[in-house]
Amino acid sequence: MSNKILAHLPGTFYRRPSPDEAEYKSIGDTIVEGDVIGLIEVMKSFHEVKADRAGTITAFLIENEDPVMAGQPIAELSD
Amino acid sequence: MRTLLIANRGEIAVRIIRAAQELGIETVQVYSDADKDMLAVQIADRAVNIGPPQAAKSYLNMDAVLAAAAEAGADAVHPGYGFFAENADFADAVTNAGMKFVGPAGDTIRRMGDKVAARQAAANAGVPTVPGSDGRLDCPDEARRIAEATGFPLLIKAAAGGGGRGIRLVNDLDEFDRLAPQARAEAEAAFGDGGLYIEKFVTHGRHVEVQILGDGTDAIHLHERECSLQRRRQKVWEEAPAPMLPDAVRAKLCDAAVNLAQAVSYSGAGTVEFMYDDDSGAFYFLEMNTRIQVEHPVSEMITGIDLIREMLLIADGRPMTLTQGDIRPHGHAIEVRINAENPAQDFLPFPGVVSDLSVPGGPGVRFDGMIYPGYAIPPFYDSLLGKLIVWAGDRDQAINRMHRALKELKIGGVQTTRPLHRELCNDPDVRAGNFHTRWLEDWLDKNATRLTD
Repeated sequence: MSNKILAHLPGTFYRRPSPDEAEYKSIGDTIVEGDVIGLIEVMKSFHEVKADRAGTITAFLIENEDPVMAGQPIAELSD
Repeated sequence: MRTLLIANRGEIAVRIIRAAQELGIETVQVYSDADKDMLAVQIADRAVNIGPPQAAKSYLNMDAVLAAAAEAGADAVHPGYGFFAENADFADAVTNAGMKFVGPAGDTIRRMGDKVAARQAAANAGVPTVPGSDGRLDCPDEARRIAEATGFPLLIKAAAGGGGRGIRLVNDLDEFDRLAPQARAEAEAAFGDGGLYIEKFVTHGRHVEVQILGDGTDAIHLHERECSLQRRRQKVWEEAPAPMLPDAVRAKLCDAAVNLAQAVSYSGAGTVEFMYDDDSGAFYFLEMNTRIQVEHPVSEMITGIDLIREMLLIADGRPMTLTQGDIRPHGHAIEVRINAENPAQDFLPFPGVVSDLSVPGGPGVRFDGMIYPGYAIPPFYDSLLGKLIVWAGDRDQAINRMHRALKELKIGGVQTTRPLHRELCNDPDVRAGNFHTRWLEDWLDKNATRLTD
């Protein structure tokens, strides 16, 4: 069964806290509810994307630095 | 100047197009994939796509902007504010491509953009700078001596600085002895450089800035603006003239700004920013902005001068016809920034679709905006939707007029900062002009929750 983490805001999606730091999470990582998986930049302010469920990341559906709409799936999880 | 490329977006692009069209100049607007429906694209004579939504890939992609200018056959480029407005390399590239850059020379931008060089230029022109160390301090004994000479309170800052790290507020010498090593260690850890400098701290500071115009030979001022109402160093409410400034200080401040502009052979519109110390009556140079500023309309409203028009004429190589004697300020003007942010929720950005729009009218009311009914506000850029500007015979009447205009302003479908400004109009301290640069943040701690429409 597959679950998805959705964007709560529209903007630009980032997988790292800053360009020279490591990615928050990689494919294959097991996460728990509340884990930060990325950032969304909206109107020049940055907001954390937190997992609203636990699981293992099987795919990122939005590339780093790509635009995202509110409600669009960002990552796919398996139980 | 026949064809002007507008290398910007939003309300300032609209503002520049309006001024250019009134001068009979053809306008070419650049736009990203997210901005094809923006107002500036609709009113410009032509428009050119310059790439993806993210600013780094479009409005900040120098090759794309220059290629658009060449393709459009533009002979001039206006950078607006933000993006490339204070990028010396961009100004040089425009000039090297045989076009006119609407702003000062690249070397002037470079010089005034360097904090140390700008401070030096100000000091050379006889403009007071913030007391403190003149550069970095590596020797603890020397730092202690200069701290005593500067006086307290003072700020210790990291020379490599940024992001507030390495900054300490110090109230006396004992505290200095305790905190200076901490600041040094923090700067070393954060930037790999423990160099510090010292600056006097102004407890009750007002942000006062002088609008200047220069043609490379002569410079004049269009009086001052006060922008002390700020949140996180972002101005939210600006006015002209500065309400509480003594007239003698006002004259000195404006003269200092003109001296600096003349000393650097300034060409175009610029702003010299000062910190005014309410307790001592002293003022200090902060920085010079080598661009048109968001809050320029309040200076236009009290002087009757169209600053964008003047910028275009100066860039076209025409000597300024205005003299200082032509600038006669009249009445009082206030501008408030209408941002797509929810002031009751820590100013959370609120991009969305403008479902309906009702813009206030009547005497002395101006709205410089970028929105229309049905417009979808993109999330990729800053949150400024427009600026509501009023003019009246005196400050009290101007605040009454602002309050009335804010009541008429209706922007459906999105949260905006309108409720903040409505409450500010009713606040006794705002009415009395009794505020400083940190006043608004304290006020928001107490009042933010009730700022709903």
